[in-house]
This record gives sequence, C-alpha cells and structure tokens, in this order.
Amino acid sequence: MTAEPLTGRGWTARIDAVSLIIHLTGDWIARLDTGAELGAVDRIVEAIRSDGATIKTIAFDTTALKQWDSAILVFVLALRQAFKGEGQTLDEAGLPPAARRLLALTGEPVSADPIVVRANLLARVGRPLIRLWASGLDVMTLVGETVLRSGAALRGKVRMRGADLLSCMYDAGIGALPIVTIVNVLVGGILAFVGAVQLRKFGADIYIANLVGIAMVREMAALMTAIVMSGRTGGAYAAHIATMQGNEEIDALRAIGVPVYDYLILPRVIALTCMMPLLFLYGSAVGIFGGFTVAVSMLNISPEAFLEQTRASVAGSQILFGLVKSIAFGTLIAIAGCRAGLNAGRSAADVGRAATTAVVIGIVGVIALDAIFAVCANTLDF
Amino acid sequence: MDIDSTEPKLRVEGLTFGYGAKVVQHDVSFTVSGQSIFAIMGGSGCGKSTLMKALIGLLRPSAGTIHVGDIDYWAATEERRTEIGRRFGVVFQSGAIWSSMTAEENVALPLRMFTSLDDASIRALAQLKLSLVGLDTATSVMPAALSGGMRKRVGIARALSLDPDILFLDEPSAGLDPISARRLDDLILELRDGFGMTVVMVSHELPSLMSICDDGIFLDADSGTAIAHGAPKVLRDSCKHPTVHAFMTRQRPPDEQVQPAEGSHGAG
Repeated sequence: MTAEPLTGRGWTARIDAVSLIIHLTGDWIARLDTGAELGAVDRIVEAIRSDGATIKTIAFDTTALKQWDSAILVFVLALRQAFKGEGQTLDEAGLPPAARRLLALTGEPVSADPIVVRANLLARVGRPLIRLWASGLDVMTLVGETVLRSGAALRGKVRMRGADLLSCMYDAGIGALPIVTIVNVLVGGILAFVGAVQLRKFGADIYIANLVGIAMVREMAALMTAIVMSGRTGGAYAAHIATMQGNEEIDALRAIGVPVYDYLILPRVIALTCMMPLLFLYGSAVGIFGGFTVAVSMLNISPEAFLEQTRASVAGSQILFGLVKSIAFGTLIAIAGCRAGLNAGRSAADVGRAATTAVVIGIVGVIALDAIFAVCANTLDF
Repeated sequence: MDIDSTEPKLRVEGLTFGYGAKVVQHDVSFTVSGQSIFAIMGGSGCGKSTLMKALIGLLRPSAGTIHVGDIDYWAATEERRTEIGRRFGVVFQSGAIWSSMTAEENVALPLRMFTSLDDASIRALAQLKLSLVGLDTATSVMPAALSGGMRKRVGIARALSLDPDILFLDEPSAGLDPISARRLDDLILELRDGFGMTVVMVSHELPSLMSICDDGIFLDADSGTAIAHGAPKVLRDSCKHPTVHAFMTRQRPPDEQVQPAEGSHGAG
C-alpha cells in the first residue's frame, strides 16, 4: 500500500481496507472548470493497479461537496468506463441522490464511432464516374422535358400559373435592367478606351465605332448579360427551389399531383428564355451608348461620324447571331439554376451549395457555349 | 446545485408585448419559483411563444418588467443581459439544430464559445448531455439524418450544455407520438430533479401539462391578457372561466356548442 496521498483538484482518495473512497470537496461546476482535473481518473486507475488486488470497491464520500453540476457526472462516467471489465466495482451510493438519478438516465456508455466501410480503388474511381454519367443523363432529361413541355405549353396544355410566369418575367426582365445597364455601359466604355489606345497609333480613331459596335452586338452584350443574369437570377432560382425542397413544399406539390416541372421550372425557363434576347438588345444599345460617350467626350470623335460608322458596320446578321446566343444562354442559365435547386439537400447549407452550383455551372456553361458558337460561326463563315 | 433555490427565479410584472404597434398580450404578471415546472398555456396564436421570446431576451416588451433573480432584465446593460442569458437554456419548437454540425458539435458549441475548457472535457460534457437525453449513439450524426423526436432531444441536450438555471421549452412534445411525448415529459422531470433547474414551458398538450407542471399561466387571445393562474390540474378541476374550462377539458367553448340536430348522422 502506498503511503503517499492520492489527491487532486476537488478530490482526495483514501484507502480503507478493501475499498478506495474518493472524497469530493468544494464546488464541481463544469463551465467554471472546477472539480477533477484532466487525468484524475487515469491516476486513480494507476493507483489501484499498482496496489495489486486488494481493492475491491470504489466508493464516494460527498459530505464536503458544495455546489455541483455535470462535472461530477462526467467524472463518474469516466470512472465507470475505466473500471468496466476490471475486478473492482463502483459503488455510487455515496453520490448525491439527484446525481444518481441523472446517471441512471445515461445508461451504459456506448461507443459511438460510425461504421466506416473502406471502398476499394475500383469503387472509388467508378462511383464518381457513374455519378457523372447519371448527372449527364439528368441534364439531358431536363433539356428534353423542357422541349416537350414547352411544346405542350404552346398548345396551352400545361398546368402553370400565369401569375407565376408574369412575376418570373418581371423579375428576369425589368428587375434586371439596372444591373444590365451598368455592366454594359461600362463594358462599352472600356472597349472604346482599349481600342483608342491602339487605333490612334494608325490614325484610325474612327474605327472605335466599329470595334465597339461589333464587339457589343456579336459578343459582349450577350456574354456580359448572361454572366450577370447567371449570378442574379440563376442563383435566385436555385436558392428558391432548394428552400422549397427543405420546407417539403416540393413534396407537397408532388403529393397532390401537381407536375413539379410544369409548375416550378417551366415558368422560370420560359421567362428567362424570353427575357434574355430583350435584355441583349437593350444591353447592346446601352453598350454602344457607353462607347459613344467615351469616344465623343474624350477622344474627339464627332457624334455624327460615330453613329454613321456604327450604322455601317453593324450588320443585321450580327444582331441575329447575338440574339440566337442570348436565347441559348437564357435557357442554359434557367435550367442550370432549377436543376441545382431540385437536386439540393434539405439543410440550410445545402441552399448555399445549390446557389453556388447554379452560378458556377451557369457562368462556365455560358462561356463554353459561347466558344462553341464562335467555332461554329467561324466554320460557317457567318 | 443551489440548495436554497426555491425562491422566485422569474418575476414578471405588468408585461405588455407585441410586434410593432400590434399588442399581443398586455398586463401579464406572474412569478416562477425555483425548481418548479411552469406552464405557459393558451390556444394557438394567443402569444405564448411571443411571451417566451420576451423572457429569453429576443423581444423587448413595450411595458412592464421581468426580474431574473433580483435583476431587472430589460433595464440591465446589454452585456449583463447576455451574461444572464447564458444561464438560460432554450429549446425551440422545431429543435433549431444547426444543420451544418453533427449532434455532438451542436451541443459542444456553447461550451467552446463560453468556457475555457480543454477539448477533451468539452467532448466529455457534450457526450454526457447527449447520453442524458438518450442519444449516446447519435453523436456524430448530422441533423438531416435525425428524426423529429431525436432533433428535439439534441435541442434539449444543447440547451443543457452549460447547465442552465432556467430551461425554456417551446412546445416540447408537439409533433411527437404519445409514447415519445410521455418519455420526454419524464425526461424533463428527471432533468429538473437531477439538476435542480427551473423549467418554463410553452405548451398546449394537455397530458404533458397535467402530468408535469407545478404552476402556470393561461393566456387568452380574445382579451389579450392572462385570465388564469395556477397548476394545470387545479385549473382543470376548479377554474370557472369558460375559456379555460373548455381548454382544460378539451371541449368546445360554450358559445360554439353545436346543438344536436334531430335526424343528424351522429355528427357533432
């Protein structure tokens, strides 16, 4: 038997014949970090092990205990865990009755480690591929459904609320005008500046009008508007639908038999597909206006000359090219947004993830699609 | 645990509260004594949850005082209020579990924020609280994978994480089956007895009210104030107010009694 006293913060242990009595003293308040220090249980276990086999029971004496809370419970549970399967028994009769009631609630400590199944290499490579294939099919289904249901919508055979379509159109159209204006005016102005630096070297200042006009109509207006709308409207669609998913609103629609596609997605796809070409035309006009302002006010080009040059350089076919692109972009953004929303999980974090996915896929998709258009136009000599 | 803790924990006097200009309840007064289970009762939409919001410091009442212990809660500085608020445990109606954290992380967060305990102690305390509510196997589970009843239990475990003086529960047994609701009632009782907490619960579940509450207040939507005080059992047996009587005995109010029509098909 060791002579040195076994003691720690808030407790002392005393050996009495075949039992170890732990005296709990003072306050044991968990949030104030009073009561047994970390490692106290290990020391008690150590002492009993080193003692050989004489100690049979471990008991508590709480006569000097003042205020207590969970700190005592954690201590006792740790002792229980430590002496599980050892030769000693834990006699909890000395604990305050209230603490014993709480301990009775906890039951046997159970290991809560989750079961992890390690996947082999084939599974680890294969699973993402299968997922990619599945999501590819998913997109195809969505595009196909859009085509089919749009056809049905044209024949008036779709259960969609007119009010929803109008509010989507308002939001994707008039609601987007301020930001589309700002972005396109600035892009037009920037193009004029960039062009001026180079063209002035050759005395070809007047071709700034060609540069701004063709660039805006053919590329920039459609592209910039699509990027803005992807962040603004595509993200909003995803967040809205994902939140509905979390609130079981979509389940409720399905349960009463409302076709989710017609009711939720079609109005959004139609609205954005219809509004994008209009926004494109508007964006081109304000973009050219931005270039015009810079050219006239800072680069000494006469207004008449700029307008005349623009009129001569921007052909109808270029406007048509931009229009077709913007329609495609609108459909893409709306489908990407709705898909991200429908595939979202049900938690708050999933809503954020859905919005991010919608915006990233929207922007990357728009730029990739624009590149495809450029290659096609080049091949067709358009 | 305080030994002398049966003295009043909460003293509410002349409380008037609402949203903006809209008054939900006016002139509500009551006292919650220590270690009791106090019920805030009343029909749907009478302002029970709003009263709880005022009690836990989420909504400033437009008139009246709330004393927590000896301190006038809403007259205190914001820091002082936060300090008092840390001694409250609050369980929201839906559980309000933070969805981006596991059950254990939910319970551990208050400990990480407001104590200087080391990681091992925090984890041990969080595990303890989860095992107290019977969820020792669900520590590393994300909330999305938990059932409604389990979420509520995680909510209770989180409310207990700092060993609160007063535990506020908003509709604890709403949406639970009778057996789970009964178990939850037992759990609330055990926790109250074990930790010596004071419990304030908003409820209109009659069985819960009858079986565990020691005292209470009945809010009325029509008159916009408290119309009865007392333990639910006492109110059921002896309160003469028609609304309270109808509520406690689960009947239609007297002015809505359906007269049995002759030749009806047993309806009403």
